[in-house]
Amino acid sequence: MDSAKETLTSPIFKNNPIALQILGVCSALAVTSSLQVTLVMCIALTAVTAFSNLGVSLIRKHVPGSIRIIVQMIIIASLVIVVDQVLKAYAYGISKQLSVFVGLIITNCIVMGRAEAFAMKNPPLPSFIDGIGNGLGYSVVLIAVAVVRELFGAGKLFGIEILPLVTDGGWYNPNGLLLLPPSAFFLIGMFIWALRSFQKDQVEEADFKMAKHTVLKEGV
Amino acid sequence: MSSNDSIKKTLIVAFSLCIVCSVIVSTAAVMLKPAQQANQSLDRKRNILAAAGMLDENISIDEQFAKMTPRVVDLRTGKFSDAVDAEGYNERKAAKDPAQSDALSSSEDIAKVFRREHYAVVYVANDTQGGVDKIILPIRGYGLWGTLYGFIALEGDASTVAGIGFYEHKETPGLGGEVDNPRWKGLWPGKQVYKDGELEIAVVKGTVDPSAPGADYQVDGMAGATLTTRGVSNLVQFWLGDNGFAPFLNNLKSGEA
Repeated sequence: MDSAKETLTSPIFKNNPIALQILGVCSALAVTSSLQVTLVMCIALTAVTAFSNLGVSLIRKHVPGSIRIIVQMIIIASLVIVVDQVLKAYAYGISKQLSVFVGLIITNCIVMGRAEAFAMKNPPLPSFIDGIGNGLGYSVVLIAVAVVRELFGAGKLFGIEILPLVTDGGWYNPNGLLLLPPSAFFLIGMFIWALRSFQKDQVEEADFKMAKHTVLKEGV
Repeated sequence: MSSNDSIKKTLIVAFSLCIVCSVIVSTAAVMLKPAQQANQSLDRKRNILAAAGMLDENISIDEQFAKMTPRVVDLRTGKFSDAVDAEGYNERKAAKDPAQSDALSSSEDIAKVFRREHYAVVYVANDTQGGVDKIILPIRGYGLWGTLYGFIALEGDASTVAGIGFYEHKETPGLGGEVDNPRWKGLWPGKQVYKDGELEIAVVKGTVDPSAPGADYQVDGMAGATLTTRGVSNLVQFWLGDNGFAPFLNNLKSGEA
């Protein structure tokens, strides 16, 4: 069972879909301004990735090569609609906040990437575990980003006040930039930097060598 | 594996997969529909209460909603009507039905409502003396990505805004989606709609200088959401204007509704 454990845990830090493969960044920017919404999004994405991997893997031997992407899309899209319906029925407030981003799980590169790269070539159980692992890898980054954004952008966690804001009579002056989507870029960048400082093998070889700085002497 | 790529196999796989997936999707949709509708109706009531500034999270929504009286208004005459039942009336269906709505000319239709229904359901909250405390009007109009649906609440004088809220919209989260932000909604109460009987209220780009003349009639726009801001301004002006509820509000003030 060592390989199953490896499949589950390696996407979390060693082969993180966001930090190493830089996939699924779009939703990471959009839904991380509050921790509660982020958690629901993570659960939704993990469920979709796991079950779409399972579904794709189950029929992988019967999928004609010419329509395999469409087959994967149909499975993913159906699962996303089901997840969306479930959220609307049981977590109406959050599904309203997530709005279009639940639907956009369909186009999330992580889901398709795993279906095409892993589930098409592996048996159902490892594929399912791989889906959960990648969902967790996505979740780790999103939750880390959301904690920073909500705590320092709004002074709250899960909507509960941690740092009392100046506007409400407290002492903390929130950083408004953190509530805007670009801040997630900086945070993910720092996350990748931190990760690669520990796991040096993730550092990519430079595409070109930086030339030495030279000062033009003529004409001065 | 080459048999997988035959036309026959391709068609069989495609068809059977589509059927299986559509069964799963439609089962989920049908089974979860009652829960979703209950959520939607609760959400609508909550929005009506929140727009009126009467929402108290500690009391059940249904109990709080008991204070509100739904009334049907004939938008053509601006008077209360009993022609339709307020409970089962669906404005969106009515607005699509040529027998129950009128097409608007493009000069009248500033909020891209397209068709105005003949009847609208408004909610009246009475004060202890039986007078009108607040009146809540349904509003809708086009923003950037789609139609915004919401409510605007007016005080008993039918000119001071008591609150605004949207319960359904497709605006960009974080930008136009800020129509849901309590801080932005908090700018509305106290604003005046009519100046000497003329429609004056508008959502303006940027921030309103509170000392400027006319500040009582203007609301700050949302940063980074010019089209949503314009849409909200237009839809408020449409529904509180002559083609919307203005005749009804005038009748209400003079006691002829």
